[in-house]
Amino acid sequence: MSAQSSLLNSSRFKAWEPVLWLLAFAAPALSPSHALIINEIAIVALFAVSLDLILGYTGIVSLGHAAFFGLGGYVAALFAKLVMPDPLVGLAVGMLAATLLGALASFTVMRGSDLTRLMVTLGVGLILLELANKLDWLTGGADGLQGVVMGPLLGRFEFDLTGQTAAYYSLTVLLLLFLLLRRVVHSPFGATLMAIRDNRLRAMAIGIPVNARLAASYTLAAAVAGAAGALMTQTTGFASLDLFEFHRSADVMLILVIGGTGWLYGGVAGAIVFKLMQDAISSITPQYWTFWIGLFLVVLVLVGRERLLRPWTWFKRPSGGGKA
Amino acid sequence: MLTLLFDGIAYGMLLFILAVGLAVTMGLMNFINLAHGAFAMAGGYITVLLMQRLNVPFLVCLPLAFLGSALLGAVLERTLYRPLYHKPHLDQVLFSIGLVFMAVAGVDYFIGSTQQIVQLPEWLKGRTELGSDGWMLGMGHYRLFIVAVCAALTVALQYLLTRTRFGSQLRASVDDQRVAAGMGINVNIVFLSTFAVGSGLAGLGGALGAEVLGLDPSFPLKFMVYFLIVVAVGGTSSITGPLLAALLLGIADVAGKYYIPKLGAFIVYSLMIAILIWRPQGLFVRKGGK
Repeated sequence: MSAQSSLLNSSRFKAWEPVLWLLAFAAPALSPSHALIINEIAIVALFAVSLDLILGYTGIVSLGHAAFFGLGGYVAALFAKLVMPDPLVGLAVGMLAATLLGALASFTVMRGSDLTRLMVTLGVGLILLELANKLDWLTGGADGLQGVVMGPLLGRFEFDLTGQTAAYYSLTVLLLLFLLLRRVVHSPFGATLMAIRDNRLRAMAIGIPVNARLAASYTLAAAVAGAAGALMTQTTGFASLDLFEFHRSADVMLILVIGGTGWLYGGVAGAIVFKLMQDAISSITPQYWTFWIGLFLVVLVLVGRERLLRPWTWFKRPSGGGKA
Repeated sequence: MLTLLFDGIAYGMLLFILAVGLAVTMGLMNFINLAHGAFAMAGGYITVLLMQRLNVPFLVCLPLAFLGSALLGAVLERTLYRPLYHKPHLDQVLFSIGLVFMAVAGVDYFIGSTQQIVQLPEWLKGRTELGSDGWMLGMGHYRLFIVAVCAALTVALQYLLTRTRFGSQLRASVDDQRVAAGMGINVNIVFLSTFAVGSGLAGLGGALGAEVLGLDPSFPLKFMVYFLIVVAVGGTSSITGPLLAALLLGIADVAGKYYIPKLGAFIVYSLMIAILIWRPQGLFVRKGGK
């Protein structure tokens, strides 16, 4: 196989991909009682996919990704409450706000070691949490922003209690943004991101504008995370400080790691597994659910995150060395 | 004014004792350990439980808190942390977040989520005031006690690191692990004891700070950021860096909360981001390190 065709092959649609999406879109119609959780899965999947762009493809360890999620959510909710209730315009405004913040915050991730980046991303998230908490005349502070009423989608479909509309809305946005990101990571631009992740010095040496690429990918990821946040508040009609909380950033990282980083479907797969697991465990022990997440994380890392999800490798010897 | 400064210094000293172990382990093993607060919480709970259930005097509890957390640290280092030293940072972050989640939920389950209260002995409860109104300095006795203990510990640590044989072994291992091992230093033992001492100090800090910082199961999450700020801003190559960073953070936090309560922790986080953008390796970094 020539180099060109092998490169093109990785970006071609596989046969199972349309099947997966068809199944996803059929799911809310097939079992209407699960429409709410399907909606949540779609939102979390979108959030995880956006983190994948910076963590899996660009190699930035971020603990503050919830900042963009929360900002998108709050802006969309405020827009619906104060300006106009149309969901699509609200979504666009939420994304725009998250994009601006992402562009601004991208200056903070260009320098320093992993620890420094971890700290500044965490710091940005905490600042926004503090802001949302203290600006209580605008955001409702610790009580959350209540009384968000969404208008009908496209002027026709009302958001109802069963969540059918919400599920289709979120799935559609997920599909569109997913296809966009899929195109991005398989483009030459995406290849330069991976080059930066693998070796920043060499990437710089072959003429890749490292800082500009980091900024671009961070901003794009922020926009997508903002969209996920906007979907969240629009479909639940409620925005609270919970959107910014640290555990949200940690959860989304876990989701991505469950599904596998550096692979866009990893975010989707992780979201499905995580949400179903959360649903199952928290119906047994609602209060101590975090203990089991913690245990899962520890085991995952000790066993090796490459191996836990590929049971067929458990009994093979690890193929020596690697890059450690 | 002076009172605020004094409170800030006491708070900063406390943060230093809590975070110094983290600074050393991060510098030594290049390990991003977000679970450091869990050891501090262990120390705090050891003190509270001993005092409430067994009526052990406060002063006896402090060394016990140190020993308990140090033991816990040593056991975890040997069993869980050591295999992860050479894993990527992402794995370390995930692992230590997992530990934090387990610690929070576990304490919640066994002890309950209410805030714990430390009954201080009588002689630590008072307050001394010096000077006249404009420059009045009010010192709570307990804060004075914290400053004294932490200052003594700092001097002892500095002595240990710069004057003793163990200190030079430790510094050699920090500078270059492989060469140090080649010189016949048992790096694993150095790591293990350093980790244990660091955890023990965190536990002692947690015990001392239970009254000032408050103690409930979410302690490791709430203060994780503060420890990390101390380490990231102070740098990991000496202990004076974290000390200065901790004092700066303590004073900025106390003053910020007093003068502009509306902005709260906002100032501290913005300051940290600004400093880290300006000097990504930390404020006080020795030239020519790795």
